[in-house]
Amino acid sequence: MPQRKGQLKGSPMSKDQNHQGDSQWPIWEVFVQAKTGAPHEHAGSLHAPDAEIALQNARDVYSRRSEAVNIWVVESKNITATTPEDNPTFFEPAADKIYRHPQFYKIPRGVKNL
Amino acid sequence: MDDDSRHALFEYLLRLGDDRLVLGHRLSEWCGHGPILEEDIALTNIALDCIGQANNFLQLAGSVENKGRTADDLAYFREAIEFKNLMLVEQPNGDFAYTIARQFLFDVFSFHLLEELQHSSHQELAGIAAKAVKEDRYHLRHSREWVLRLGDGTDESHQRIQSAFNDLWMYTGEIFQADKVDDLLFEKGISVDLKSIESKWSENVSEALTEATLAVPDAEQYMASGSRQGIHTEYLGHMLTEMQILTRSFPEAKW
Repeated sequence: MPQRKGQLKGSPMSKDQNHQGDSQWPIWEVFVQAKTGAPHEHAGSLHAPDAEIALQNARDVYSRRSEAVNIWVVESKNITATTPEDNPTFFEPAADKIYRHPQFYKIPRGVKNL
Repeated sequence: MDDDSRHALFEYLLRLGDDRLVLGHRLSEWCGHGPILEEDIALTNIALDCIGQANNFLQLAGSVENKGRTADDLAYFREAIEFKNLMLVEQPNGDFAYTIARQFLFDVFSFHLLEELQHSSHQELAGIAAKAVKEDRYHLRHSREWVLRLGDGTDESHQRIQSAFNDLWMYTGEIFQADKVDDLLFEKGISVDLKSIESKWSENVSEALTEATLAVPDAEQYMASGSRQGIHTEYLGHMLTEMQILTRSFPEAKW
């Protein structure tokens, strides 16, 4: 018999105690595309031991009434997000730069399409 | 259609319907007991697919029989000896590995069978198969991926799924035993050549088991047979009492 190479990382059977949140399996974020050409939108999250099972679970949990033409899954830990402390530096400056908004510019009279 | 063909087709449709009804009921027993929420939903989804397929096959069986029996009549008012499902699908759920092994052995068979039945000369049968084969492709993907992960997983998961395959192997022999129902319908282009399904099945199953670092059980061992004639293991009767009790106690029950 060949040497067993795989390990169900974080599976209920596994001895490693690398628990994450409320489950022994890692969390994955699911992005669902409703129709071709539309953007993928965040549908929610789920638990799965690896990417293939995450896709299958996503299909069952988020597209069983055929809401999707395509699904992305990404392990939550691979998402880099801003923190509330980032808010002043990241988002506030935009508020006083009104020229960044199209409403700042007056449309010359008589122009129908801009 | 002559009487012999009609009777054979009725029997054949019962086999198709009963396999999926009994397996679907077994899977539904996992509802609320799955090892993890996501897997609970997956198993319940597959259970519903199976019961939906069973409904189509049994409805067609009722109309072929032409005695006014509906799919519900066939599901709820027959005794174990009148059920024509494989012994494999009536085996109790056991642990998760056992359920997955049972599912995988059936999925490989069912997928290839339905793929062929899409080309049946019987149009309604071909139509049902064409719809069901899409569901089966997913069922097979699901069970195959789990066979790989449990087999090539930890020592415990490996040992559990290996024992499951060893225990269930004796119920795989009868899957491909053709009788006169199969032969007659195959001649008419209605059913399929079980021999060709068997070779695809053996190839797919050994390939997956090998990839999962599992041993393929010995094909030369004792094989149970007779379920297509109504002979079953003790488990079917117990399952049916639970499945049928409501309809039998309140035949007109509606909700």
